[in-house]
Amino acid sequence: MRIAEAWRVALDALRANRLRSGLTMLGVVIGVAAVVVLVAIGTGAKREVEQQVEGLGSNLLIVVPGRLEFNSAPSVSRLSLSDVDAVSRVVGDPSRVAVTVTSGETVRAGTRSTFTTVQGVLETTPQVFVRNVARGSYLTSSDVDTARRVAVLGATVARTLFGDRDPIGQQVSVAGVRFRVIGVFAPLGQSLGVDRDDEVHIPVTTAHRLYGTNRIDGIAVKAPDRERIDALGERIVAELSKRHPDTEFSAVTQEQILGVLGDILGVLTGVLAAIAGISLLVGGVGVSNIMLVSVRERTREIGLRKAVGARPRDIGVQFLLEAVLLTTIGGVTGMALGVGAALLVGELSPVPAAITWWSLALAFGVSAAVGIIFGVVPAQRAGRLDPVIALRTE
Amino acid sequence: MTRAAQAVEATDVSRTYELDGVSVPALRGVSLVIEPGDYVAIVGPSGSGKSTLMHLLGGLDRPTGGRLVIGGRDVSTLSPPEMARLRNETIGFVFQAFHLLPRTSAVDNVALPLVYRGVGARERRAKAAEMLERVGLGHRLHHRPNQLSGGEQQRVAIARALVTDPAVLLADEPTGNLDTATGAAVLALLEDLNTTSGVALVLVTHDRDVAARAHRQIVMRDGAIVSAPAGPSIPAPRRPTEDES
Repeated sequence: MRIAEAWRVALDALRANRLRSGLTMLGVVIGVAAVVVLVAIGTGAKREVEQQVEGLGSNLLIVVPGRLEFNSAPSVSRLSLSDVDAVSRVVGDPSRVAVTVTSGETVRAGTRSTFTTVQGVLETTPQVFVRNVARGSYLTSSDVDTARRVAVLGATVARTLFGDRDPIGQQVSVAGVRFRVIGVFAPLGQSLGVDRDDEVHIPVTTAHRLYGTNRIDGIAVKAPDRERIDALGERIVAELSKRHPDTEFSAVTQEQILGVLGDILGVLTGVLAAIAGISLLVGGVGVSNIMLVSVRERTREIGLRKAVGARPRDIGVQFLLEAVLLTTIGGVTGMALGVGAALLVGELSPVPAAITWWSLALAFGVSAAVGIIFGVVPAQRAGRLDPVIALRTE
Repeated sequence: MTRAAQAVEATDVSRTYELDGVSVPALRGVSLVIEPGDYVAIVGPSGSGKSTLMHLLGGLDRPTGGRLVIGGRDVSTLSPPEMARLRNETIGFVFQAFHLLPRTSAVDNVALPLVYRGVGARERRAKAAEMLERVGLGHRLHHRPNQLSGGEQQRVAIARALVTDPAVLLADEPTGNLDTATGAAVLALLEDLNTTSGVALVLVTHDRDVAARAHRQIVMRDGAIVSAPAGPSIPAPRRPTEDES
C-alpha cells in the first residue's frame, strides 16, 4: 500500500470516531500545552533575571559579608563607612564605589502614605548602577557629607504619594522625619512581579542617623574593565579580611550571580518540563489504550483487508499512522494552545513567559515519538492477527 | 496474469488445531483439484471442515500436513507477505456477512484489493466502477453499505472479489444472509461471471438446492471428503444443518 493511501485511511478512521479521537488527543494536547507553557514560564523567568542582573550595569562587583552559598548562615553585617573608604582606596577611584543600607519604612506626603524600601546610598549610585533621574536631580556629595534630609523617589512612590503633581521640592516624611524631594527616578518597570520603582534613596549618612546605626549592607564596585574584575575582587576581599579577621567576605561578579540564579532557574525549568512530560506520557498511554480498543473493534476490518491482500506490515503501518496522527494532531493543537496560554500568562500576570523554538520542536517531536512508541504494540497486534479468526469475529 | 494449469491443487492436506495442548484435527487428508473455470460446491454439515478447507484454499491459513499449491505456488514455501500477495492476485472472497467496510462507498470498497496492489486512485476507481457496472450496480457507485440492500451489498462484495481478476472465487454461504429471491439472483450472477470470465467458482454451502447447481459437489464429513463425483451434480446426501458462520 502506498504511504499516501495509508495516511488517508488513518485519517478516515480517526474521522469515523470523532469524539473518541478528540478525547484521546486531549491527553496529548494538554501534555504538549503544559510543556510549552511551563518551559515558556521557566525560560521567561530566567531571561528576565538575566536581563535584570545585566541591567544593573556592566563589570559590577558586589561585596557582601559572608559567603555566597546556600547553606551558610547569613552573617550580621560588620561593614562600616570606614571599610567603604578602605575599599575606595583599593579601587583607587571613589566614584566607582556605591553602598547601600536598606530598610523598609513608611513614607508619607500629606494624607497619603506608602510602605517602601528606603536605601541609604552614596552620590555615586547612578554611575555604578544604571539609574536615571527623570525629574530634578540626584543626591550630591555635599548631601551625603552633611547628612541632608533629601530624598529621590522611585516612580511608583512618586505616583502613589503625589499623583500627577510635581513632587520636586515637596515634603515627605520617612519614619516620621521630614525630607525634601529633590528628584524622581525614571521608571524601570516590573520584573518577576517585583516593582523596581518602589523605592526611595536618601544619603547613607542620613540613613545612619535615622536608623541609629553605622552598618553598611553591601558595597558595589564598578571595575574599570572585565579582565581585571576578578583580581580587583580578590584585593577588596583581602583588604576587608585584614580589617575584620573574624568575618568572611565575598566579592561576586554579575556572571557569578547569573550562574547561581541560572542554575536555580534551570533546575526549576527542568522540573516544570518533567512534570509536563509526565502528563504527555499519560496522554501517550491513553493513545495506546484507545488504539488497542480500536484494533479489537476493527478486527473484522483487519481480517477483510488481509483476505484481499494486505500484508501484516500494511495493517501495522495503518494503525501506527493512526496513532502518530492522533498524537501529532494533538501535538500541534497543544502547541497552539500552549503558545496562546503562554502569551496570555505573559500579558495578564507578572510572570514572564518566553516561547522558545526548541520547546516547540521538543514538544512536537516528543508527541510524534509518543505516537510511535505507544502505537507500536497495538499496530503489531493488528498486523499479526490471524485473518481466519479475525473474519470470524462478530 | 498467467494462470497455472490447476488453480488450486490440494494433496492429502490436513489441518490440526492446538487447543489447550490438545490436538483437534479439523481436516484429515483432503485431496482435490480446482481447475480454471470450475464450478464446485463444497457441502457438509456444521463442523465437517468445509470452512477450514475454504480458508486453506483461499490462502488464509496453512495446512499442518500435505501439500497445497495455489496459483502454481506451494504455500508452505511462502512467507506471510507472499501469502498476502497470493491472495491478492489469485483469490477472490465472498463472505456470508458481506464484510464491506462501513462508511466507505461501494466503489472504494470494490477498489480495496487494488489498494494493496499499489494501483493509483484514479485507475482503481475506474476499474471498480467498471466492475460494479458488471454486477448491475453502476448506479450505486457512491452509496455506502448501509444505503444498500442485502442483495446489493453482496453484489458489491462480488465485484470486490473479481476486481483483481482472480483465478478462483471462493464464496462462503454467499446467499446465507439473503432472502430466497435475492439469493437466487446473486447465485445467478456468480454463475454468469463463472461462465463469462472463466473464474473458478467454489461455493461453500449447506443449501442442497444451491449445491445442486454446481458442476461438481464435494461432500465433507468429519474433516474428510466422503464423495467428490466428477461431472453432473447429484443431490447432497445428508440432512441440511445450520452451518457455522
